[in-house]
Amino acid sequence: MFGYYFDLALRSLKRNPALTMLMVVAIGFGVAASMITYSVFRAVSGNPIPDKSAQLFTPQIDSWGPQQSFNGDGEPPQALDYTDAMALMRAHAAKRQTLIYPVQLSVLPGGDRSLPISASGFAVYGDFFPMFEVPFHYGSGWSTAQDDTRAPVVVLSREFSQKLFGDADGVGREVNLGGHDYRVVGVTRHWNPLPRFYALFGPSGFEQPADFYLPFTRALDLRIPTAGNNSCRGNQTKNGWEGWLRSNCVWINPWVELDTSGEVARYRNFLEGYSADQRRAGRFGWAPNVRLRDVTQWLAYMHVVPPESRISLLVSLGFFLICLVNTVGLLLAKFMRRAGEIGIRRALGASRREIYMQFLIEAGTVGVAGGLLGLVLTAAGVSGVGLLFRPEIARLAHVDLSLVALTLAVAIAATVIAAFYPSWRAAHVQPAWHLKTN
Amino acid sequence: MQIQPILAALRHHKAGTLLIALQIALTLAIVCNALFIIQQRLSHLSEPTGIEEANLFVIDNQWADQMSPQQTDAQIQSDLAALRQLPGVRDAVSSNSYPLRGGGWDDFITMTPDQVQKTTDATVYFGDAHFIDTLGLKLIAGRNFRADEVTPLRPQEHATSPVVIVTKALADKLYPNGSALGKPFYTMDTTPTTIIGIVARLQRSEVDNWSRPYAYQALIWPRRLDGSFGTYYIVRAKPGQLAAAMGEARKALYAQSRMRIIDPKDGVLSFAQVRHRAYDSDRGTAILMGIICAVLLVITGAGIVGLTSFWVGQRRKQIGIRRALGATRRDILRYFQTENLLIAGAGVAIGAILAVGLNLWMMRQLAMDRMPLLYVLAGIVVLLLLGQGAVFAPARRASRVSPVEATRSV
Repeated sequence: MFGYYFDLALRSLKRNPALTMLMVVAIGFGVAASMITYSVFRAVSGNPIPDKSAQLFTPQIDSWGPQQSFNGDGEPPQALDYTDAMALMRAHAAKRQTLIYPVQLSVLPGGDRSLPISASGFAVYGDFFPMFEVPFHYGSGWSTAQDDTRAPVVVLSREFSQKLFGDADGVGREVNLGGHDYRVVGVTRHWNPLPRFYALFGPSGFEQPADFYLPFTRALDLRIPTAGNNSCRGNQTKNGWEGWLRSNCVWINPWVELDTSGEVARYRNFLEGYSADQRRAGRFGWAPNVRLRDVTQWLAYMHVVPPESRISLLVSLGFFLICLVNTVGLLLAKFMRRAGEIGIRRALGASRREIYMQFLIEAGTVGVAGGLLGLVLTAAGVSGVGLLFRPEIARLAHVDLSLVALTLAVAIAATVIAAFYPSWRAAHVQPAWHLKTN
Repeated sequence: MQIQPILAALRHHKAGTLLIALQIALTLAIVCNALFIIQQRLSHLSEPTGIEEANLFVIDNQWADQMSPQQTDAQIQSDLAALRQLPGVRDAVSSNSYPLRGGGWDDFITMTPDQVQKTTDATVYFGDAHFIDTLGLKLIAGRNFRADEVTPLRPQEHATSPVVIVTKALADKLYPNGSALGKPFYTMDTTPTTIIGIVARLQRSEVDNWSRPYAYQALIWPRRLDGSFGTYYIVRAKPGQLAAAMGEARKALYAQSRMRIIDPKDGVLSFAQVRHRAYDSDRGTAILMGIICAVLLVITGAGIVGLTSFWVGQRRKQIGIRRALGATRRDILRYFQTENLLIAGAGVAIGAILAVGLNLWMMRQLAMDRMPLLYVLAGIVVLLLLGQGAVFAPARRASRVSPVEATRSV
């Protein structure tokens, strides 16, 4: 029966090629616009670390006071100053903890005679690697003991290691970054969770993978300044490196790992207690104001998803909805035009169910054609998405199997749903009436 | 033209009527919001920077050597001397940033040293006496920096100086009565700075939503940045020699010293490229909204053509009877045109409410601005015209139905 109905559908669609084309084009454009903008949206709004996003938290401490809050909304600063960051590390109130800041250093990839290039990385603590589940190709991260001894060690990314050493195992070799030597202890596999949740106090959060990771303590000894944001309040009378460390300038991204809700509550209490202590000591002139957001909450709070991505997706979905309304109208016209034919089929014994089947299959056929057109348009659109979004965001959009499947599924499902009402009307045609008038 | 019979006829096509009205309503809601977004984004694109864009380019120069601040300072001076000697170059300056860079340095500004809440915010640029000539700024009051006022800025040092040049926008914000020249203000410091010069216009480093309230508020410190990172060289080419100067500049700098990093891809950017990058998401959004609007109007128009054609086909007999009873072709044409006007009228009435509702929702959720009602009015006119245009061909076909049709049985 399916084959027969499919054949009927093709005949019917061929009868009004212009109308059929219009439906297919509407579905194709509607689904393509939605899928192109969705491919960008899913890339920028995804969970960068799905299996641990509920265990990783970033503590915030209000070191500026309510009158100087970041956006005038009473929220604490989005990063820590040096004093508070160091206090958190010393207290060690979490299972694992790290401080993070971006650094940029020069490197001579082909020895002393080559032109220097710029490499970007992060100053982190040894806990960074197990906390964020960084996968290693060679070697491993460094130990907490090496944090304490301020060891000159470094972890390279796979891509950066290949640039320096080719495919050879670089572990144990020396690399000169920004004029200082480091011993390579590990080489990661490709690892670049996006949005880059762990260091959002800086560039947009959608950068290329980092080239290297070096110990936070070592970076401070070498006075490597942050390549990310630095934000201060009040009179900046303290000058020089030491003065900057003692100032209220915030520039450090702190992260802690807390496994149970009990640990989270305890850590929150610890932050409150720390702030209260600072108030008693006269450093803060206000009541404790702290936050402890997990990865998902942090991404939402930091508005990582660019507004244009949201607006585009929204407008595209509205566009798709209109295309569907359009299809409902056209299908209704198309089906009701065949009231006579339906009357005859019904009189000859076809059940309503069979009429339903016939017309839903016809609609499904339109959906398949629309989906295929949508697929072509989506592929073209995604490759041209650089015209519509910033380069670092546009490069995240790609066509994969799931997007292809989704495009087809959405096109067919939407068309079939759009056909429910017209098919219902067709199935309820009164056979007697139509037999009489014709 | 009588409306009563049209309404009576529409009652027999409830679903179709409703669908067209709904489609017109939704189209109106999307199209006027999209047009509003396009207009907003395009208005960003045409904002002037106040600088000599056509002949400017910037070099992102990072240091590869560990140099002392004194060495950095000396290197910058010799780099600038080399750049200024190039045949295609008119002038050059070293700074921490440049307009539309998309990020930079900004300071809170207060009128007293102990004021907790800021008066306003300004982008900070560093430069020597060449800054104004290189960027092509118009000095409208006061004077340029003297050589002895320009001092080096050490790493992690707070940038402030006894004298400063500000933009007119900043001067007017601090001293609204136009008396800013010679007056003091504070920038996160206990000692004041004095305004010695005012330039007509200079755009900020960044033009994102956050900085819109402070648009064109910028100040120039007479400082030379000796930080370990690097510096931006802003270079003004002689008229018509931009491309040549851009090529020469990179070579000249590497000839000075090899231990620097100028990215092969975007280390040297013409200001046209800078502007293109600064507004790429605005431009992209406008393009996307434009495409969606155009396709949407085409599909809605085609949908009306399709449905009306179907109705015409269905009513051939009735049309024949009316024609036989004396209705002119014009009457039939008018009939379908009026019918469409009624449906489209209902559609745009609902659509206007939807459009305003969508805008209000986007204002809350996506920090959009309020849409002027003019956009809704324009949208209504466009959709009514679209409806009339779309209905014309099927309606004319209807008007050509011969009265003979009345006598046919099928």
